Amino acid sequence: MAAHLKKRVYEEFSKVVQVTHEEAPAKKLRLSKPSKSAALHVDLCKASSSTDALQYLLTFSRKPVEAESVEGVVRILLEHYYKETDSSVRLKIASLLGLLSKTPGFSPDCIVDDAINTLSSEKSHQVLAQLLDSLLVIGSQLPESPAVRLRLIEVAYKNLSDSSFGVRTKCLQLLGCLGLLEAPLGKDSDGPGPSLAAMRDVQSIISDYFGDQDPRVRTAALKAMLQLHERGMKIHQIIYDQACRLLSDDYEQVRSAAVQMVWVLSQLYPESIVPIPSSNEEIRLVDDAFGKISHMVSDGSWMVRVQAAKTLGSMLQVSPHFLEQTLDKKLMSDLRRKRTAHERAKELFASGEFSSGRKWADDAPKEKLDTNTVNLIASGACGAFVHGLEDEMFEVRNAAVEALCQLARSSPSFAEKCLDFLVDMFNDEIEEVRLQSIHVLRQISTHITLREDQLDTVLAVLEDSSRDIREALHELLCFTNVSTKECIQLALLELLKNLNKYPTDRSSVWKCLKFLGSRHPTLVLPLVPELLSTHPYFDTPEPDMDDPAYIAVLVLVFNAATSCPTMPALFSDHTFRHYAYLRDSLSHLVPPLRLPGRKQVYGLDSVDCGSGSGSVESAQLFLQQSLNRVSTIQNLEAAGAPELLDLTIRDLQRLGELQTELAGAADFCATFLRCQLLLMKALQEKLWNISVPLILKQNITVTAAAQQVLDESYKLEFLYSGLENRQVATIHHVRLQAKALQLILAARTRHGLDSLISSCEKFLQDVESFQRLFLTELPHLQDSFVEKLLELLPRLSSCKPVEQVKILQTTLRQSGLLQLRLPEQIHRATATIIEPTGESDNPLRFTSGLVVALDIDATLEHVQDPQNSVKVQVLYPDGQSHVIHPKPADFRKPGPNRHRLITQVYLSHTAWTEPSQIEVRLLLAYSSSCSSRLGWTDAMDSLHPAEGTVEGTIPFSKHVKVFIMPKPARR
Amino acid sequence: NMPEINVTPLGAGQDVGRSCILVSIGGKNIMLDCGMHMGYNDDRRFPDFSYITQNGRLTDFLDCVIISHFHLDHCGALPYMSEMVGYDGPIYMTHPTKAICPILLEDFRKITVDKKGETNFFTSQMIKDCMKKVVPLNLHQTVQVDDELEIKAYYAGHVLGAAMVHIKVGSESVVYTVSVNKYAKSHISAWIDKCRPDILISESTYATTIRDSKRCRERDFLKKVHETIERGGKVLIPVFALGRAQELCILLETFWERMNLKAPIYFSTGLTEKANHYYKLFITWTNQKIRKTFVQRNMFEFKHIKAFDRSYADNPGPMVVFATPGMLHAGQSLQIFKKWAGNEKNMVIMPGYCVQGTIGHKILNGQRKLEMEGRATLDVKLQVEYMSFSAHADAKGIMQLIRMAEPRNMLLVHGEAVKMEFLKGKIEQEFSIDCYMPANGETATVTTNPSVPVDISLNLLKREMALGGPLPDPKKPRTMHGTLIMKENSLKLVSSEQALKELGLNEHQLRFTCRVQLQDPHSDPDTLHRIYTHLKSVLKGYTIQHLPDGTVMVESIVIKVSSSAEDTNAKVLLLSWSYQGGEYFFTALCIVKRLMYQ
Repeated sequence: MAAHLKKRVYEEFSKVVQVTHEEAPAKKLRLSKPSKSAALHVDLCKASSSTDALQYLLTFSRKPVEAESVEGVVRILLEHYYKETDSSVRLKIASLLGLLSKTPGFSPDCIVDDAINTLSSEKSHQVLAQLLDSLLVIGSQLPESPAVRLRLIEVAYKNLSDSSFGVRTKCLQLLGCLGLLEAPLGKDSDGPGPSLAAMRDVQSIISDYFGDQDPRVRTAALKAMLQLHERGMKIHQIIYDQACRLLSDDYEQVRSAAVQMVWVLSQLYPESIVPIPSSNEEIRLVDDAFGKISHMVSDGSWMVRVQAAKTLGSMLQVSPHFLEQTLDKKLMSDLRRKRTAHERAKELFASGEFSSGRKWADDAPKEKLDTNTVNLIASGACGAFVHGLEDEMFEVRNAAVEALCQLARSSPSFAEKCLDFLVDMFNDEIEEVRLQSIHVLRQISTHITLREDQLDTVLAVLEDSSRDIREALHELLCFTNVSTKECIQLALLELLKNLNKYPTDRSSVWKCLKFLGSRHPTLVLPLVPELLSTHPYFDTPEPDMDDPAYIAVLVLVFNAATSCPTMPALFSDHTFRHYAYLRDSLSHLVPPLRLPGRKQVYGLDSVDCGSGSGSVESAQLFLQQSLNRVSTIQNLEAAGAPELLDLTIRDLQRLGELQTELAGAADFCATFLRCQLLLMKALQEKLWNISVPLILKQNITVTAAAQQVLDESYKLEFLYSGLENRQVATIHHVRLQAKALQLILAARTRHGLDSLISSCEKFLQDVESFQRLFLTELPHLQDSFVEKLLELLPRLSSCKPVEQVKILQTTLRQSGLLQLRLPEQIHRATATIIEPTGESDNPLRFTSGLVVALDIDATLEHVQDPQNSVKVQVLYPDGQSHVIHPKPADFRKPGPNRHRLITQVYLSHTAWTEPSQIEVRLLLAYSSSCSSRLGWTDAMDSLHPAEGTVEGTIPFSKHVKVFIMPKPARR
Repeated sequence: NMPEINVTPLGAGQDVGRSCILVSIGGKNIMLDCGMHMGYNDDRRFPDFSYITQNGRLTDFLDCVIISHFHLDHCGALPYMSEMVGYDGPIYMTHPTKAICPILLEDFRKITVDKKGETNFFTSQMIKDCMKKVVPLNLHQTVQVDDELEIKAYYAGHVLGAAMVHIKVGSESVVYTVSVNKYAKSHISAWIDKCRPDILISESTYATTIRDSKRCRERDFLKKVHETIERGGKVLIPVFALGRAQELCILLETFWERMNLKAPIYFSTGLTEKANHYYKLFITWTNQKIRKTFVQRNMFEFKHIKAFDRSYADNPGPMVVFATPGMLHAGQSLQIFKKWAGNEKNMVIMPGYCVQGTIGHKILNGQRKLEMEGRATLDVKLQVEYMSFSAHADAKGIMQLIRMAEPRNMLLVHGEAVKMEFLKGKIEQEFSIDCYMPANGETATVTTNPSVPVDISLNLLKREMALGGPLPDPKKPRTMHGTLIMKENSLKLVSSEQALKELGLNEHQLRFTCRVQLQDPHSDPDTLHRIYTHLKSVLKGYTIQHLPDGTVMVESIVIKVSSSAEDTNAKVLLLSWSYQGGEYFFTALCIVKRLMYQ
């Protein structure tokens, strides 16, 4: 052993001679390695009993081993392995073999032979199984070595006939993971014996074990086959029959794996024809498999049921005839056919009557059934989903709902049929299932139109106390088609009820009505007089404009009116006035309307309603033009430049308000330009020529400007998503300018030379880091401050601080305006606090010193990683401020780029004499370290952890005021 | 004479009510359920125990009694049987059944004795004494009644604490189940091992019914209640004390929670309250939803449902009241009904079947004017709704159970003969197993084919395994040699050597000898040598020895040549073989013969 190690060390020495100087430390490390394995060796030798040895091994396995010394360790272990009589120690060694060969950077090909050799002498089945497991690890570490694989497969074949289930299971696993994918070459008989065995068809060998006496081995065989499939081998169709037989196995894990296997085959050979036993008919394989898996939905084990229900959803090639059978349910009562509640509801609906259950025995059975046609046990696909949806375990129901969704999405006719069932699920006892079925219905809503009675059931859920359910339902209603005007009325009524019961749902309800209106203009039209309570002869009182319910009605009507030009004729005068008001205050809900005899209120409106998507393009064009215009400004001191910038910023801000799609981009540009403007103004001041003592006052404004630019630059960097490296470089450039400005100001005001030197040095570091970070972007920054700075860098770093400042000042003033290029998509992170609304006059009372919980509900848009970055800030009237980190679970994701924060913050304070307001707002936390980690982490992380990162927060929501009143504790 | 299992229903054979089934299996007699018939007030109300024995106690004839659930038609005759007829053996039931059963029995006794004034009925003390004989069962717990008889309870749904029972004697077994609740997701759903019993005895009350989804009916129910409450009306739900009432309570409680409703819900005090208490205790016996919520709170610890007081009925505003009895024929529910009947805003929901003649039955049939006592009439203006929530298994549920348990025979009880006929046909067609439906007092006999377990010595097994392939194939039978020893009620398969050793017997060698006369001119040793060389050349691969004592051994066959004194040409060939060597002998003989007659 030692000789071997020595040899290895020498080998490395002889290699090292040519290696460059830098790798010397690595060599030193390597020298210390053998000592570790030697330590183990000593430990194992010292071990007096097998328990001791086991103890050593256990402690040893907890520490990682360097890749270089793995081989040595393995040899020591194996040496001990042969000496060891206790099987538990051998088992541990075997497991360590696998563990060690996983060490990153170690290639286990050198220990394959030794590991395989251990198998031959092993008597204990458990150790054998563990050895095979380790071999599996070794084999999967060496995917590129077919020779090793072949050997391992051979080993697996040899041990397949072992009497212990564990060994057989492991062998099958090995075959599944490493079995050769290429089909065996039929006539290749010149190879030696063993490799021929290895070349035998893996599938047929594995499938032999489908009939093994141990269920665990059967499961392993199925799993191995699935593994082969996953690795890309085409499973033969003959396996299908065998897999189908295993569907009725006694053991659930076998059945579960068999369901998967049958599914795989149905996807591989969907169009093959299989015979139906006990008849001479034939059907497509996928239909047959579908029937068989459907049958498993009423299996005894719920795990299998879940598996089967899930699987059904992905069998999209099944024939519609079979698909529709899954929803079949024949009811009978005393041998007479009974109509299902669904059928009854449909009939009642067709006959125009709308009530049920009032009469005794209205579900009385009708026609007499022929006893022969009644299928009691569902054969094949019959009623699979009916069972699945009524399963006792909600996991099964959920899986069935999911599967229904997938199937319905691909088949409109099926979607129509499963509607009743899905609507039923809205009343499930478990909230998860209800939520899931609402989501599902939304996903298939393009295919369906809800009947009145169905809508009734759907709308009943609006009173659910769970906010998630209600909001999911609003979302659903946004996408739902309804058939009659009564439906619209019903929906409106229920939504208003909802609004009344849960006022916090306001915005969600309005949004829902917006879509409902724009989807069904013709259905809303006949309702308008009633909804607006207008009368042909009499004037009706003007409704209250602040009533959320009235606004809801108006939102519905106005949105319907966009595509129904006759509707505005029905409006009364005050409706037009309210339109103007709402159009301005709730522009996201109220669309622009062409109103007869009225001037367009806004110039842009005509653009908006004239051409839907065209307006976005024109706005984009406008944005680009504005930017181009600004880019003509060459120098910061050019005449008229500030005015132009001012104008452009104003334009952009307005554009952002009008065009929500471009709000992010416009905002971004405006902020950027404002930074430029501020810099420009700061530099333009005549102060730079005046002597120091006179300019103290101006200095203050300039300092403030520099600070503001700095702050804005952080906002630019972290508040907007979709930025490319180029924009980030531009932002950093602005920041650098601001820092330069600060430096100059500092130089002018302060006299301490030491502080100046240090800040100069810091600035130079910043410049260097900028250069490192944005090396690729530098060509785009031509003629900029940085470029000039980098040209002067050698001079700067050598001269004195005062000199440096002078150079900086001239460079800063001479540098041109940096062009901003817009990325494809740019969004501003925004947050809106929905709750608390800040409207309540009732203070929250609590005993001082104790806590009170305040519910916070906010929507976040375009926030990346909100779990880590969003914080809640609470400001007390005395200036105290708390920052609270919400729990990750408080964030939900209702849509892409949208998050919802529903959390509670705990407030506490000492006693006040009267109620007072606290302010709550959301902050976006950032740390610049994440962006500057690109290239120089190695150098920085250990040296200056604090300096490299700039951490801070950006407030990105309005604050909301909440009245609170801490009372002194009563004694 | 094959072993058989006999099943005799004393009640519930092609009939509904008075469940009582005798099973004799493997020499053990078991009584399944001991119920009463609601329809009779005479002797017919209890099962005819004289079938078991004319006089004397039942203890000697029954090994145990098993009660499946607490409904009176399954346990109503228990005190009568144990205390009045006389039975001291164990009575098995689940914990919830044991808790609730005496309440119902006591109630039943009160009505019969106190109200109807019957004498010769069991007393409260008898109920108590009877309950002392009860041994509680846990789910999935195998209980050893005696050395051979074991029972195991499975969850059956239906009502709280209902159980399926797996009864096993040796390798013979019977599963008894009532009203398995597979489809109605009320409290539970049943599950059983694939235990492949010899007989599955199942209730078949709803044998010809396939029920609609429970969810639809629940939704209808909740919608009606909700609408009435929103209108400001009052809802009366007459219920029977146990089972249904709790189910509806949970349903409403959850709905109130979900919909954030504030109107009060009351249930009438007394029996329901006590029963709720037991539901609270046995929370683990209920369904997934209830069990899951238990982490936060006990679902039966009702938040919205409070106990009712007589005076509440006059309170203004909406409310929901559960009141007993269920058919509106007397008591609190009738009182409340009278108060509320005049207002069309109110509603009464009948959740179950009503017997003819009761007010419940009348109003369900649309009668709007009711005659009350004292010639007063009552105008019924309130809305009347019917809601059926039945927790009995429907045909599909029974089929499902058969599929799960895979019995060899099926036996239907507790149902009407016509309906059973239908289900029987279906079962026989679908599963191709025999299905029985004995009437009361009729015995169904099923012969079983029990497998007899035999111990096999490990050495023998290993030896046989070494002879065959690598692994025994479970699908293919294989023959093996060994000796079966039957000793002291146990069977053992050992190798013959070991058998001899164990039994202390000497091994007897059985040798057969055959004389073949032939003419041969050669001398004896020459003949022998010729035979030897010839055999050697023909039988390759066998051990053939020429022994010095003038014999040739082919495996275990000894060949000897002797010539008679008179005629040296006439040789006698002696062939001798042992019992095991028989197969070689004929080959050897043929070869030798052929050689000699050449």
